[in-house]
Amino acid sequence: MYVYDQYDQKIVDERVNQFRDQTNRFLEGKITEAEFLPLRLQNGLYLQRQAPMLRIAVPYGLLNSIQLRKLADISRKYDKGYAHISTRQNVQLNWPALAEVPDILAELAAVEMHAIQTSGNCIRNTTTDQFAGVACDELEDPRPYCEIIRQWSTLHPEFAFLPRKFKIAVCGTEQDRAAIHHHDIGIELLANAQGQVGLKIIAGGGQGRTPAIGSVICEWLDKKHMLTYLEAILRVYNQQGRRDNKYKARIKILVKAMGVDAFRDAVAAEWAAIKDGPTTLTHEEILRARAFFKLPDYDILDGEVASAQLTEQTVQNPIFGNWIKRNTENHRTPGYRIVTISLKATGFAPGDISAEQLELLADLSDTYSFGEARSTHQQNLVLADVPTARLLEIWERLQAAGLATPNIGYLTDIICCPGGDYCALANAKSLPVAEAIQSRFEDLDYVYDLGPLELNISGCMNACGHHHIGHIGVLGVDKKGEEFYQVCLGGSQAKDASIGKILGPSFQQADMPDVIDTILSTYVALRQEEETFLDTYRRVGIKPFKERVYAPAN
Amino acid sequence: MPLLIKNGYITEDTWQPVNQNSDHATHDQVATLEQWQQLADRNGSAVQLEPGESPGALYDHLDQIALVLVNFPAFADGRGFSYARDLRERGYSGELRAGGHFIRDQLTYLKRCGFDAFQLADDKELEGALTSLEDFSEHYQAAIDQPLPLFRRR
Repeated sequence: MYVYDQYDQKIVDERVNQFRDQTNRFLEGKITEAEFLPLRLQNGLYLQRQAPMLRIAVPYGLLNSIQLRKLADISRKYDKGYAHISTRQNVQLNWPALAEVPDILAELAAVEMHAIQTSGNCIRNTTTDQFAGVACDELEDPRPYCEIIRQWSTLHPEFAFLPRKFKIAVCGTEQDRAAIHHHDIGIELLANAQGQVGLKIIAGGGQGRTPAIGSVICEWLDKKHMLTYLEAILRVYNQQGRRDNKYKARIKILVKAMGVDAFRDAVAAEWAAIKDGPTTLTHEEILRARAFFKLPDYDILDGEVASAQLTEQTVQNPIFGNWIKRNTENHRTPGYRIVTISLKATGFAPGDISAEQLELLADLSDTYSFGEARSTHQQNLVLADVPTARLLEIWERLQAAGLATPNIGYLTDIICCPGGDYCALANAKSLPVAEAIQSRFEDLDYVYDLGPLELNISGCMNACGHHHIGHIGVLGVDKKGEEFYQVCLGGSQAKDASIGKILGPSFQQADMPDVIDTILSTYVALRQEEETFLDTYRRVGIKPFKERVYAPAN
Repeated sequence: MPLLIKNGYITEDTWQPVNQNSDHATHDQVATLEQWQQLADRNGSAVQLEPGESPGALYDHLDQIALVLVNFPAFADGRGFSYARDLRERGYSGELRAGGHFIRDQLTYLKRCGFDAFQLADDKELEGALTSLEDFSEHYQAAIDQPLPLFRRR
């Protein structure tokens, strides 16, 4: 993974000092609330219902064991002994004290971490495929480009006060696991007709109040132009994006208002002024970034032998076998598998992880996976390089820690924002809905029979829980002070990106498990052969679901 | 006379502020864009840009203008940052001043975008503002104060 040199360390250290001074001036009453707001937000600090929330950046979801232990440590020392994985692959603390945040940032800086630009109207943490570098369908590892973008966007002087937040995602695979069509900018590593790998640039996607699928702004761009082109897009957006209404301030609204062609022309005009300038990437810089993500020192293993042994173990231990089937993936290297650790056990807030579990993860990553782990935008964790022969050991240790829930990619692997229990922006609670649904569908055989299913819950229109792109999406709404839940169907975050359609009038919290149950049984009744929920929905449309859910009770 | 920071030092402002109510700006006065466009002689002129007033209107006269004052009516409106870079990248070398309600914590960004003068809403903030200008000694990106990105220097 990327390792700081003296420059990176200096920038992060100076940022900690700057924020310490800003916090002191705020606590002394020398900065107003309104002035402190963007300063603290750009250091990841929200003032929430009960306490501040600190969002710590995990650039493109990559963590090493030292950082995992530090996070465990910080969560004990400054918080209540647990942390939360967010849908931008970041880590959130729910109970720090404002006056202690500069100390937390200093502790993070000591392990090459920070909270820079995890919030606010600026360029946020760049996200990517959680299987980057090990995925079988990968053209090229996207992480070097994420790191180059991280550095370019960190404390960018021109783009710290944009009309609204700005999110970039990069993927390098056949199957898009980074939801690039739903970002302000999505980048796909793609070969041109000559076989040269370059970048496809998509802009104007997003969730929130007006969900939109991004438009292709550039079909293929030489990698060396990546930063100047991004800069040109941001410049158009910074000058022309709406600032009169925060709900119409995202770049998706600008792209729609101008029209894709006019927007592309405006970008081209800005780009002409800076193209081939000093920000053009050098070959050396791309090589330097790539060197940090070279393959770990894999053992040369016989994949077939390993796989035969694994099959034998799974036959002897069907519970282990089930976990292997649900929570592990093929790896590019023979004799290794990718392990996804579910943070979606019923009874725990999706994405929450205790200090002890973080430490266990650190130990497991050291013993089995080259000292690294990844966070996913589905709020789980990944050990990317586990030798197949050691999966049984790792599973036993995970099981003992309550971390072996075999539900990755299924109904109960719910994406869910912290919602009204924590977040000051929320219209409704989201965690109890997630828990009620998980509790209702405890029969794993039924859950597996439903096939791959993404259920996403957001407590408000800001869509942190990605409800628009869940196969089933749930949105908390406020109706005259009461919490209600709207359901949408048919969203997809994959390459066949789509935005869910609203089913109809919203429901009370207590009715949600029944509503989901009816939707699922409708699918089961209508599905043909191997159809997934999304396949069936796309074939039959929303009508049959609507009829069943809103049918008058007999 | 009001004070401002210019080229890193606290100094007095020699320009008369904008008068929105007049049709014309006097020669020692900062003009609104509209007033400036009516000036017969733009040599040594001063003009104030509001958010939404793209600097494109100034491009043909950059060598004549002595002062461009970019106004920040609200500090969270960051359009002025791009205006400054646009002007500097097109060769403007006169005084580029930030005015209005920006805050001292934005100074390093403003400076990097090409501003060399800062007129804070509150004079008493100036001393503290000088220290904020030194918040960072290293940067990743190319900008007006450092034309080479870090990757070409490290």
